[in-house]
Amino acid sequence: MNAILKTAAKTFTPKSSGDLARLGVFVALAGLILFGALRYDNFLSPFNILSFLRYNSMFALIALGMAFVIMTGGIDLSVGAVAAMSSVVAALLSPYHWFAGLSGGLAAGLVVGLINGFIVTKMRIQPFIATLATMLAAYGTGLLLADNQSVSVSYDTGFTIIGQDDFLGFPIPAWIAIVAYIVGWIVLERRALGRHILAIGDGEATASLMGLKVDRTLLAVYAASGFLAGLAGVILASQFGAGQPTEGVGWELFAIASVVVGGTLLTGGSGSVGATLGGALLLGIVFNILNFENGLGVISLSAYWQSVIRGSFLLVVVILQAGLVKKQDKASGM
Amino acid sequence: MLLSMQGISKSFSGVSALRSASLEIDDGEVMALVGQNGAGKSTLIKILTGAYQRDEGTITFEGDEVSFATPAESQTSGIATIYQEINLAPQRSVAENIYMAREPRIFGFLDRRAMRKGAAGVLRTFNLDIDVDMPVARFSAATRQMIAIARAVTQKARLVIMDEPTSSLDEKEVGILFETIRTLQKRGVAVLFIGHRLDELYAICDRVTIMRDGQTVAKSTMRDMPKMDLVRNMLGKELAAFEAMTREGGHDESRPVRLSLENVGAGLRVRDVSLTVREGEIAGLAGLLGSGRTETARIIFGIDQQDHGTIRINGVERTYKEPADAIADGIGLVSEDRKVDGIIPDMSIRENMTLALLPKLKKAGVVDRDRQNEIVTRYIKALGVKCVSPDQPIKELSGGNQQKVLLARWLCTDPRLLIIDEPTRGIDIGAKAEILKLLRNLADQGLSVLMISSELEELLAVADGVTVLSDGRSIAHLPRADLSETALMSAMAHQAD
Repeated sequence: MNAILKTAAKTFTPKSSGDLARLGVFVALAGLILFGALRYDNFLSPFNILSFLRYNSMFALIALGMAFVIMTGGIDLSVGAVAAMSSVVAALLSPYHWFAGLSGGLAAGLVVGLINGFIVTKMRIQPFIATLATMLAAYGTGLLLADNQSVSVSYDTGFTIIGQDDFLGFPIPAWIAIVAYIVGWIVLERRALGRHILAIGDGEATASLMGLKVDRTLLAVYAASGFLAGLAGVILASQFGAGQPTEGVGWELFAIASVVVGGTLLTGGSGSVGATLGGALLLGIVFNILNFENGLGVISLSAYWQSVIRGSFLLVVVILQAGLVKKQDKASGM
Repeated sequence: MLLSMQGISKSFSGVSALRSASLEIDDGEVMALVGQNGAGKSTLIKILTGAYQRDEGTITFEGDEVSFATPAESQTSGIATIYQEINLAPQRSVAENIYMAREPRIFGFLDRRAMRKGAAGVLRTFNLDIDVDMPVARFSAATRQMIAIARAVTQKARLVIMDEPTSSLDEKEVGILFETIRTLQKRGVAVLFIGHRLDELYAICDRVTIMRDGQTVAKSTMRDMPKMDLVRNMLGKELAAFEAMTREGGHDESRPVRLSLENVGAGLRVRDVSLTVREGEIAGLAGLLGSGRTETARIIFGIDQQDHGTIRINGVERTYKEPADAIADGIGLVSEDRKVDGIIPDMSIRENMTLALLPKLKKAGVVDRDRQNEIVTRYIKALGVKCVSPDQPIKELSGGNQQKVLLARWLCTDPRLLIIDEPTRGIDIGAKAEILKLLRNLADQGLSVLMISSELEELLAVADGVTVLSDGRSIAHLPRADLSETALMSAMAHQAD
């Protein structure tokens, strides 16, 4: 028995501290899916799966942007507010053309992202503070543009197709998220840029001594995060038929949670695109299961209780991860 | 000639760090650069690599006059620096680190196979066969250093600067590093080796450049520079500007021992140190840079813990988990670097002075202002701190007066043993004598002092006995009667034998 364990340990040799934690996400994900499938009749029904994907693709998109920011050792608190603001911009422009709505929402997100990057690199302001400020500004801008209420989108220009229709039997938002994650994976794993992003997170001074263009890389990362938040905002407006200036509140925390659950260290320098997706899906499934639990009528959970349970779950995952990482570091003598 | 730096001067806010220093290196030679702390070695290197800009002087590299604006610029021109804290991205793989910022690509995508093969290939030329996909942090300091050197080689560096490369290596690893340096040499790459372990310098270097007080004071081949001369050039013979403080007696064997270390060691820096400090005595702790003096002090004070050996305070065996325990036993430590470990620049003299005393000054959780003021006034007067008022920020004081405040910080806790690391560093000569006299008077009143010093005159002037450390070992104990400059120097120069 002991010998078997030893061989198993030899076959799986994690190369960095995050590897074990990342593996843990997928184990937890599989466990929860199994639990849901056994407990609820309709858990694996096409309807539940497709609406789950349609809704959670927004969170997956902002989590992807957040993952890159956190890999550099930074943080982007503005993504929730940016998604809300972009949803308003997209809704306002949707009557002209579906493309106007789409590109307007994306541009709004990109602009805030560039501003974030500019403040962080050129003005040397802590990312936490910089993006906290732009978060407040974006939130206010969204409310101003929307005149403090939700803005209905146009149903005549085809704008709602983006969020509501399917392509090859699969929700379009999910397709968008899949493409974004493939691009993200290529950038991180197969392009020099991805290696540079991680090296910067490992230590900016070292990275710059090695000849990396630190500022330019950071600017690109924050711009991408803003862009993806804008994309999530467009999907939000299109899916629910309205620009929602107050909807994105707290999304940034959800994104951070997904990234952390995905084994990306908040200190930067490590991270995985796949595990980030796993983290986002994991948090989504917890929410989904709580909904089913309510539906069963066994217990009745208010939204507040759901929040408490999700928070506790997150805490447990993070503590388990920290334990794994510590154990592994000890084993490797770091 | 590969590199020639001539007439290099640099000052920082009026304080001169380099005065017309020079350095010349030939192709493929290993040049030693030695000097005490503050001699100007690192300033010179930073000017060469573009981290600092010089005030005066010329630099010629590969025949062209150069002036690097940033470290990146000097790197692309063929000067690679291996810093003490090795500059690699710890979580990235070996291959990625070697090719960082110059990754081989196919159609814009990383050519991972070429990276792996190239990295493994260049490492193999240094006899290093490691998994290049592993993160750099997984490897020992020596291996990391070799990876950094491999990176330098792939950058086609003509000159590799190594800043104290052996400080965190064990003997076997030092051997590997030297092999690597010889391999570099064979490729015609020059190495500038900054170090202070004499045996190592003689083992690997061809020539030596010695710096002191911001100047280049000697250049020679290693062969023509006996150890004794090297040490003398490094330490210099600063005329003792302070009056000779010769005293009768000194080392009094009848006095009770306050502190004793027996074969104490911790890690690589402190291997085997024994020493004693008696009541009312100033015990000197001498040794070259990196000999383990400060590290020994850290162990006594409970900042680091010993792996082996015994520490006794007043005859009782003690091991401190943290400085608070040492303080409770009446031990104080005035650290070497005032700016980093000692003063809190923006706080007032009063606050800086009573920092260590605060726990005792509290009454029901509130600082007793009256007692605090009383103590501060007393010590300002007793030590002659020149200041406008106790509320003046300490950063406005001169180095000597800052040191007095730090001394007072410990004196007011009424210690029985004071460890003081380089008590007169960065202090002008007049104030030096004053500080030393102060220490002498305190010892005469019964305080035990363990004084770490690089300045021989200082030790000669006030110490009752000196323990000499070399490479983490106490290699000589010189009682007052045997103390002389020659005795100290030869003890420090003849490290291993």
